[in-house]
Amino acid sequence: MPASNVVITLNNVKISIAGQWIHQGINLEVKRREIVAIVGSSGAGKSTILREILLLLVPTSGTIEVFGKDVSKLPPSGVLALQRRWGVLFQQSALFTSLTVLENIAFPLREHTALDKKTIRELALLKLLAVGLPITAAIKYPSELSGGMLKRAALARALIMDPELLLLDEPTTGLDPQGAEAFDDLLLSLRAILGLTILLVTHDLDTLWHTTDNVAFLSAGRVLECSPIAQLTQSTEPAIRTYFQGPRGRITQQLYGKTHGI
Amino acid sequence: MPTNLASVSLPSSNDTQPDKLLCQGDWTLAGINSKILKKNFDKINRLKHSLLTLDASAITAMDTRGAWQLYQWMNQLSQQGTQLTLQGLNQEYNALLIDIQKNVEALENLPKRQEYKGLALLGKKTVDQLLEVQAFLQFIGKNVVSSLTLLLKPKRLRFSALVSVIQNTGFAALGIIALLSFMIGIVLTYHMGLQLKNYGASLFIIDLLGLAILREFAPLLTAIMVAGRSGSAFTAQLGMMKVKEEIDALNTMGVLPRQLLILPRIFGLTIALPLLTIWADIFGILGGLAMTHSMLHISYFDFLRRFPKVVPLSSLLIGIGKAPVFALIISNIACFQGLRVKGSADSVGKQTTRSVVQSIFFIIVADALFSILFSTLAL
Repeated sequence: MPASNVVITLNNVKISIAGQWIHQGINLEVKRREIVAIVGSSGAGKSTILREILLLLVPTSGTIEVFGKDVSKLPPSGVLALQRRWGVLFQQSALFTSLTVLENIAFPLREHTALDKKTIRELALLKLLAVGLPITAAIKYPSELSGGMLKRAALARALIMDPELLLLDEPTTGLDPQGAEAFDDLLLSLRAILGLTILLVTHDLDTLWHTTDNVAFLSAGRVLECSPIAQLTQSTEPAIRTYFQGPRGRITQQLYGKTHGI
Repeated sequence: MPTNLASVSLPSSNDTQPDKLLCQGDWTLAGINSKILKKNFDKINRLKHSLLTLDASAITAMDTRGAWQLYQWMNQLSQQGTQLTLQGLNQEYNALLIDIQKNVEALENLPKRQEYKGLALLGKKTVDQLLEVQAFLQFIGKNVVSSLTLLLKPKRLRFSALVSVIQNTGFAALGIIALLSFMIGIVLTYHMGLQLKNYGASLFIIDLLGLAILREFAPLLTAIMVAGRSGSAFTAQLGMMKVKEEIDALNTMGVLPRQLLILPRIFGLTIALPLLTIWADIFGILGGLAMTHSMLHISYFDFLRRFPKVVPLSSLLIGIGKAPVFALIISNIACFQGLRVKGSADSVGKQTTRSVVQSIFFIIVADALFSILFSTLAL
């Protein structure tokens, strides 16, 4: 394990997609056991950051380091090793529609480990229960589940290898309030138990206040500020002010602000 | 990542506490070697202690896999009648164990998906098939009714959608259809020419070729080609729209998917396929013409002069007349199967296969029926 405490580093990352500069120099650092959120208005390129880290998009310039290694220079074996160390939750769940939920969750174990079938099944079921799905969901196909349950199943699949790094794209979107709250608690307890590092893209103000250590505000292709939420909401930057000073922003700030000493 | 393997060991015999077990290493996916650990377990299980203390303070890492292994083993020991105490386990790892304990009971209640076997399966398939036939008839019926209302209010026809269907299924297929027909013309001429040459009846190649291509080959092959090319596209398009709830969205907006999506496809293909058939006729004959010239040494002029004399116009019309029927078969089956897609990528694939197979099957059935019909009518 690398001695460095930094899990993800983005160094002056720029990307142009279809002739348009989405990122114009992103700098971001995520440390071990940190929960960092990326916020910004729609279309600011939040998901693009995740896709770059995940090697689904190649930045036009700049470097991305994950676990201390430049991902663009990794050999195929290194990429595979890296892919085993992270879990990903996509915005649209991206469960395999031809497999049942249980088979979906067990999929990474089946592909990457030599465990026997029984153990794989048991571990997958444990994960399924751990994310709060009922056992009856195990035999259902993704098309038979509700949106919130899909999110949970996808989270279980992301967690099945007990990864060190979790990348989440709008995890609480489409969950009911209880579900979203339970999800936030789940993130915190996962970090406590497994020592996870979590990078998430979200619009959920409750999640921001409740779980994150740092919040990176993305605007015009750059990270305007990356600081704890309590500090970020006090920022004088106009773009950040408009984002957090709407009615919803003020309510959550009043609600959580006291505990954060504002 | 360097890992030290997970293990359990009894301390050496001269130890002060002989009942104390030492767990150490990485109890993780990477750190557990099932064989080694099982050997460790078996050794300890065999001793049948009545009292054991598990010292877990030397466990360096643990994940769900490790916790589950430990939990199962502890369970096994206590069922043997061993009284276990776990000590020194890191608080975080303990949380993993507690999580597992909480959920383990539910593991037993995994329900099974209902599966049909033997006679029940046969019955289910039969009923499903009958229901599909019924649904298909309904689908066609609704299409007919909608088409009739469209005749009364022709302004409701989606003209741009219709044109784009003709463009995609007709215009875009011109190249491949031309090439295919040309080659068929060559192949037919070659085989028939060989036989006719033996009898010194080479000139009759023109009669044979004209009839074969205009009546059978051009309409049939064009239809099969289009079923594979456009029928599958219809099914996949509509299927994906179904999966993405786009069709539901249309319904809620008061736009009838039938008018916007299905009728333009049916009308469009019914216009495009006869045109493609004429196109295939031309290139089939051209292929035959070229081959006749080079193999049987009949001049282009002779060929073209004899052609209208020996090939009746009815052959051409019959061939083209089949095309709209084939087009209706292809477009109706393709749209029907597209709308039967349910929720998964798998289903899109399955229905697309069904669509193409059924289209081609029914095209050939229809062609056979045409032959019987024409022979009784002596056309």
